[in-house]
Amino acid sequence: MIIHNCEGVGVTVENMTIYMDNSATTPVRKEVVEEMIPYLTENFGNPSSIYDLGKTSKHAVEKARKRVAYAIGAEENEIYFTSGGTESDNWAIKGIAFANRNKGKHIITSSIEHHAVLHACKWLEGQGFEVTYLPVDKYGMVSPEDLKNVIRDDTILISIMLANNEIGTIQPVDQIGKIARENRIYFHTDAVQAIGHVPIDVQKMNIDLLSLSGHKFQGPKGCGALYIRKGTKIEILLHGGAQERKRRAGTENVPAIAGLGKAIELAVGEIGESDKTLLEMRERLIKDLLKIPKTHLNGHPIKRLANNVNVTFEYIEGESLLLLLNAKGVFASTGSACNSSSLEPSHVLTACGVPHEIVHGSLRLSLGKMNTQEDVNTVLHQLDQKIIYPHYDFKHLTESILKSE
Amino acid sequence: MDYSAKVMDHFSNPRNMGSIENSDGIGEVGNAKCGDIMKIFLKVEGDRIADVKFQTFGCGAAIASSSMATELIKGKTLEEAWKLSNKAVAEALDGLPPIKMHCSMLAEEAIHEAINDHLRKKGLEPWND
Ligand SMILES: Cc1ncc(COP(=O)(O)O)c(C=O)c1O
Ligand SMILES: [Zn+2]
Repeated sequence: MIIHNCEGVGVTVENMTIYMDNSATTPVRKEVVEEMIPYLTENFGNPSSIYDLGKTSKHAVEKARKRVAYAIGAEENEIYFTSGGTESDNWAIKGIAFANRNKGKHIITSSIEHHAVLHACKWLEGQGFEVTYLPVDKYGMVSPEDLKNVIRDDTILISIMLANNEIGTIQPVDQIGKIARENRIYFHTDAVQAIGHVPIDVQKMNIDLLSLSGHKFQGPKGCGALYIRKGTKIEILLHGGAQERKRRAGTENVPAIAGLGKAIELAVGEIGESDKTLLEMRERLIKDLLKIPKTHLNGHPIKRLANNVNVTFEYIEGESLLLLLNAKGVFASTGSACNSSSLEPSHVLTACGVPHEIVHGSLRLSLGKMNTQEDVNTVLHQLDQKIIYPHYDFKHLTESILKSE
Repeated sequence: MDYSAKVMDHFSNPRNMGSIENSDGIGEVGNAKCGDIMKIFLKVEGDRIADVKFQTFGCGAAIASSSMATELIKGKTLEEAWKLSNKAVAEALDGLPPIKMHCSMLAEEAIHEAINDHLRKKGLEPWND
């Protein structure tokens, strides 16, 4: 794998490693690093300062705000920079809940949201709010009909993600937004994984709040944004200084914000072109992996992110698979319980109804712009059953356990 | 995962993996919590474990502790094997990440099951922990 350093010179990271975990994070691209460097060096001023050095920083932040707004069809003054996807989700959910509790205490979300949404909702339940977690079908899809059926007079917020981070399923956000609007309920969507893959227009989609995170589209880590539609009643999460139109305190992370702005402009500008290549790679991976006996595709076959492959291997445990791949220089991810600090198998796969006995064998390959068809060949070769199965053939073992249950 | 070199060695080259036909005792346990499953086969001569094989469906820690545990009980008496604790297995592997300690329980439990299966086959009382 070649990563470009800040001078734009290619440096090889280790020998022949293949990074296929782009849903976890992505490398910052060269143009983005270049955009950031001046604000890490000579232009270090505080945007709140009135002298020229401060104004330079302020301009950088405003330029980035314009780029983010343009990328999602919003207005500049509807974009607020945060420390990332987690803060944006927390702010949207807690902020709407507390600002609108005189109207109601009911929130609707789905069972496959990121923990930043789910745990914020769980916490709100302890604060006297009521949360409905919508189920999903076997593809991880929320049903708009189900949504209509659980709306109550006191529902104040619907939070449904645009695209799922584990299985890549893209939700019918157009329909959900319409339902929310018709019922005059705020609609928040976690678009962290969707930026750069799904074209977004907050007007057409009736989105009132949208979370995004820089490091998922080749921007820097620790920097994100929340879009808040003008006129939305929302509480402040972080109190302090008067930054971000007095709604989000804290000295702006100017280099990261500048980088995020550049990254989103590039990512969204390249959607058509990059997704075409990613789709080809995704389809080849899925087609060939499903040729291996006892494998299943997780997520929706068509309505899925162009960079997401998630396959369950019935007879291999996920962490073991990751270690085997790691030894071959391939970096990927799994939903296995033994690979998570909570020791719970993936709540997303479980919600999709993946049986308990095989939920531990999932492998997620998330593609990025650095991946090539050659990488796909190598990964497919490493995963070839002839290579992994003789060594780890648990077929008889798993079958006997399944029978005994 | 932060695994020791020894864990990675036993994971990548598991010792005693496989099964024994006409074995004298079989132990099969599953860890409901994380989904790990282990099956162990004993060949017993007198009161000694002459041979031992295992099959494990599990994470790196589960496979490495299965491999290490079988190494540690091979040639030992049933009583010695019974006393092997998961902590001793983890120590022999130069430690396991704290969150992975439970995965090493699998081997201890499977050995106990296999020994008791053997005792039952011989018409003897099974042992208790
Ligand atoms: C769907 C989704 N939401 C939120 C987050 C959290 O974003 P961040 O890492 O920027 O806090 C992630 C990242 O894993 C994500 O995939
Ligand atoms: Zn385990």
